[in-house]
Amino acid sequence: MNGLSAKPGARAGMLLVGLALAVLPLLVGATIGNSWVRILDFALLYVMLALGLNIVVGFAGLLDLGYIAFYAVGAYLYAIISSPHLATAFPAVFAAAPGWPVWLILPLGALLAGSFGVLLGAPTLKLRGDYLAIVTLGFGEIIRIFLNNLNAPLNITNGPQGINNIAPAQVAGLSLGRPVELFGLQLPSVTLHYYFFLALTLLVIFVCVRLQDSRLGRAWVAIREDEVAARACGINTRNVKLLAFGLGATFGGVAGGLFAGFQGFVSPESFGLLESVMVLCMVVLGGMGHIPGVILGAVLLSLLPEVLRWGAAPLQQLLFGKVLIDPESLRLLLFGVALVLVMRFRPAGLWPSALRRRELDAHEAAPGDAA
Amino acid sequence: MDIFIQQIINGLVLGSIYALVALGYTMVYGILGLINFAHGEVVMIGALTALTAIGLLVPAGLPGPVVVLGGLLIAIPVCMAVGFAIERIAYRPLRNAPRLAPLITAIGVSIVLQQLAMMGWGRNYHTFPPLLPATPHQLFGAAITDLQMLIVVVAAVLMAALVWLVTRTRLGRAMRATAENPAVARLMGVDVDRVISFTFVLGSALAAVAGVMVAANYSIAHYAMGFMLGLKAFTAAVLGGIGNLGGAMLGGLLLGIIESLGAGYIGDLTGGFLGSNYQDVFAFFVLILVLVFRPSGLMGEKVAERA
Repeated sequence: MNGLSAKPGARAGMLLVGLALAVLPLLVGATIGNSWVRILDFALLYVMLALGLNIVVGFAGLLDLGYIAFYAVGAYLYAIISSPHLATAFPAVFAAAPGWPVWLILPLGALLAGSFGVLLGAPTLKLRGDYLAIVTLGFGEIIRIFLNNLNAPLNITNGPQGINNIAPAQVAGLSLGRPVELFGLQLPSVTLHYYFFLALTLLVIFVCVRLQDSRLGRAWVAIREDEVAARACGINTRNVKLLAFGLGATFGGVAGGLFAGFQGFVSPESFGLLESVMVLCMVVLGGMGHIPGVILGAVLLSLLPEVLRWGAAPLQQLLFGKVLIDPESLRLLLFGVALVLVMRFRPAGLWPSALRRRELDAHEAAPGDAA
Repeated sequence: MDIFIQQIINGLVLGSIYALVALGYTMVYGILGLINFAHGEVVMIGALTALTAIGLLVPAGLPGPVVVLGGLLIAIPVCMAVGFAIERIAYRPLRNAPRLAPLITAIGVSIVLQQLAMMGWGRNYHTFPPLLPATPHQLFGAAITDLQMLIVVVAAVLMAALVWLVTRTRLGRAMRATAENPAVARLMGVDVDRVISFTFVLGSALAAVAGVMVAANYSIAHYAMGFMLGLKAFTAAVLGGIGNLGGAMLGGLLLGIIESLGAGYIGDLTGGFLGSNYQDVFAFFVLILVLVFRPSGLMGEKVAERA
């Protein structure tokens, strides 16, 4: 990966991209409104999620259909600690919300989600790929069912109503929930969150790139390509797969915590199977195992519903005189169709890595051995 | 004790339905090594198609069972067509692709079918009219309705017919040969593509019947009903040993009984900490336990890792 090399041209390019990312929310906020900055914030969250899932699916080749469960774990941990929920549910134990600083909760959420990842991975990783997919799917549903029902007899998650009044993150003594005046520039909450998320996203990208080039990253790719051969080369496949699961889950946990603080409200509904599928879509569509591709996929797919909301309904009005398909189901329909079409015509994604492209070309060159 | 027998009866009814759906999974898996995620949606389409047909037939004033039969006879060909189309459009082009590809495609197909159904039938729950006699009969101190007996009997007859088809007919032999080794089956003159198409069509027909049964048993149908049902039926197939017809039937019945007993007794077992709202969790725990301790299932042979 040459993402971090210091060629002068690349450095200038990165500087430009960085500058563009820095002014983007100001520009967007000033022209089309802060609701779009909010959408950018979510796009950044999805980039983090997709990069985390990419470790599991893209690097190690393990299909995880319950990834959103780790996001849920991170989100609920943040929500329970940073909202008055504990104080209302257990007034005898908690006088007020614990309200720990974000730099404590996020790593804790990451740790908890990572442990859940290892917990799920340990018994299941010896399974073949498709069984693993089903078990992870089941795990995701189990977590959601528990979140939905753990309001009695002990009210831990507040059940289907979810937890609200979650305090926004405090960074360096500054609450991200209130607008800030800087050099005569009014920075609203969504913009502050944008910079916070951007910093963490860059960190996640950095970690991913370094992981990919590491010994571990090469071990993952080796397992993906041929597990038996990888084991023969002396790779402890079980531990390496577990690490993929755990690390992927960790990223999900961090993104979850950020989501809870940003949204101010969590409920089991946000963590259904369709969310897992959506993150998977991002990874698959962008290009499994290729970091820039995955980022592209995440940004495209997180903007898509908004574009549809703005474009699809008026377009249908214009064409048919009424809205035949509401944007939400249109979005899901497009996801489904995209999964099918990408697998059929561009199995390596929109922006595949050079390695993957070479492999696929090699396959095309020798079609005879397939049958 | 009465409660125990009642739960067993409920479990058997539920299990017969699971078994019918599980057969669809297991046949496709046996032949293609593919988890056909969209199978649950075929069940849903069967249920909703039948309901629509029944809604049209009711005003004709025919007796209830005839109307349901009419709905069924319309739902079955529709589901067969859907199953055929799924295989043709989505799975066949991926026959030689890496393992993950068809699985991801299957998820895509499942979402597409679900959304299309939602557009066609809306988000609402559709109620199944009470056309079949539901008078309860006493059996060992528990109650069983005509409808429940009908479900168990029809499921048993269909399964017997399927076993006969697979073990005694020419087509069944072609199916078994394809499952064993597609390349060699082709050399022996078996039209493998046709056999695979037929397998999907057959599984979809069973799914249509199962869909009508679910709708009749719970009196409702819904565009999202197929997902959980499909997952449980898959669990049943894995529990019995995927790729094995007898295993799917046994797994279906067992899972049905485990679920209803579990839902009936979980409150007592955990001292009221967990309630019957955790019913859906059992299937997943069973799935995980089976996969960890006996991945080949109760009746399955050891499956070698396919490269």
